[in-house]
Amino acid sequence: MKRYAYFPGCSAETVSAAYHLSTVETGAKLGVQFEEIEDWNCCGATPYTNVDELLASTLCARNLAIAERTGLDVVAPCNACFKNLYHANRHLRSDADLAEHINFALEADDLHYAGTGNVHHLIHVFVRDVGLPAIKQKVTHPLKDLKVAAYYGCQLVRPDREDGFDPAGPRYFEDLVAALGAKPVAFAQRLRCCGASLMIGHRRAALGMVRELLRGAVQAGADVIATACPLCQLNLECYQKDVNREYGTTYEIPVLYFTQLMGLAMGISAKKLGLGTELVKPTKVLECAARKPAAAGAAAQPVKAGQP
Amino acid sequence: MWTKPSFADEISNEMYATGTRGLNCCIQCATCSGACPAVEFMDHTPRRLIGMINAGLRDEVLASNTFWVCASCYACSGVCPKGIKPSELMYVLKRYSIWKNKYRDDLVGPEFSRRFVRTIMRTGKSYEPGYAPAFIFEGGVQGMLREMQFGMKLLAKGRMPLVPSRVKRVDNFRRMLSRIVPLEGIE
Repeated sequence: MKRYAYFPGCSAETVSAAYHLSTVETGAKLGVQFEEIEDWNCCGATPYTNVDELLASTLCARNLAIAERTGLDVVAPCNACFKNLYHANRHLRSDADLAEHINFALEADDLHYAGTGNVHHLIHVFVRDVGLPAIKQKVTHPLKDLKVAAYYGCQLVRPDREDGFDPAGPRYFEDLVAALGAKPVAFAQRLRCCGASLMIGHRRAALGMVRELLRGAVQAGADVIATACPLCQLNLECYQKDVNREYGTTYEIPVLYFTQLMGLAMGISAKKLGLGTELVKPTKVLECAARKPAAAGAAAQPVKAGQP
Repeated sequence: MWTKPSFADEISNEMYATGTRGLNCCIQCATCSGACPAVEFMDHTPRRLIGMINAGLRDEVLASNTFWVCASCYACSGVCPKGIKPSELMYVLKRYSIWKNKYRDDLVGPEFSRRFVRTIMRTGKSYEPGYAPAFIFEGGVQGMLREMQFGMKLLAKGRMPLVPSRVKRVDNFRRMLSRIVPLEGIE
């Protein structure tokens, strides 16, 4: 059983509850336990750094300090939470003065940051720590014929990380999709930004950026876009109508979390994965997942064949 | 002999802690502008903005929307051949313009950022409906109504909270933040 200190992020309680549910469910299936960080607070997102950098680091340091008590590495399912926590951790480790200053603040909550833990993104935990062979083994309902645009987003791969993943040409998301029996399409915009909080800060720009992504995914022939971030999911799915209104387009493509696709392929019920709360219905995905599990028989066959 | 720091000096000083190379080594190659997914919505491209800062055009820089259209996707920082991180520059300019209280008043970004920070300082967690009033500046009453409609749709799907969530030890949390900045006007 692998264990992690899990940082759900504010959206897990609201707009991306489905991500949270499917993470816990698929994790349990793969022998990964996500233990929620006790009394965690917001990571600061981007607006905090817009106003004050020191405050932004303090917010992250509190979460890291609480997680350190458990001795577990931190995992965040959101690209922005991951980026903030990862970089705060690195910054604090390399700057003793900053750590001292922030530790003085943390004392107010009886906490101390020592820098003993690491920070990972959820998808990295699945593809690296659990590994694709172990995931493949659990697939009972392969998503055959489903064409998936694997969308990394921006802060999952940038800025400079020392996590061993190729920032310019990553493949792990596509490989994960293929491990589920689905077909990853050539999605050229996979590392482009979704506009993030510009959806509030500058609506017109954000809609333009989302349109570019939808255009790319549809052109590539995708049935569904798979994301690894609540904000990407929200922008790409829930603002499709606004994009259509602004640009006179007719996009209607479902956007699901990669954990939901994993869960479906592993035979977990749609309801347990938070499906049914989308604004764009993922009809084709559910059809693919509901098919008779042919692979279960296929997986059993070689064992029989091996017997005398 | 002491001379007053120029605008370019001020920005460089602010950038010092972010680990980027200085703007004075920019060769104006525009790789940053080419990598930017939001560039078509900016008054000035990132390359041009750096040139303007180096030329000391303070008022023109602060009057532009460029840094508030930056979504912090770091595409530029990964490709600059001189090791400048334009995304950090955009953060610096956002902070500078909030600090000086000098920005274009048709921008939602500054007000949204302030609201966001105030919300976190009070409760420790983000609460989306609290930011809605920031829209009234951009979309007027119609925009606000559309936003509320959008909120209702998410609410019907159980994806929008009615009550803000907050950290449990909120007193400790606030005391912690007050050791970093004074909290007058926040509580």
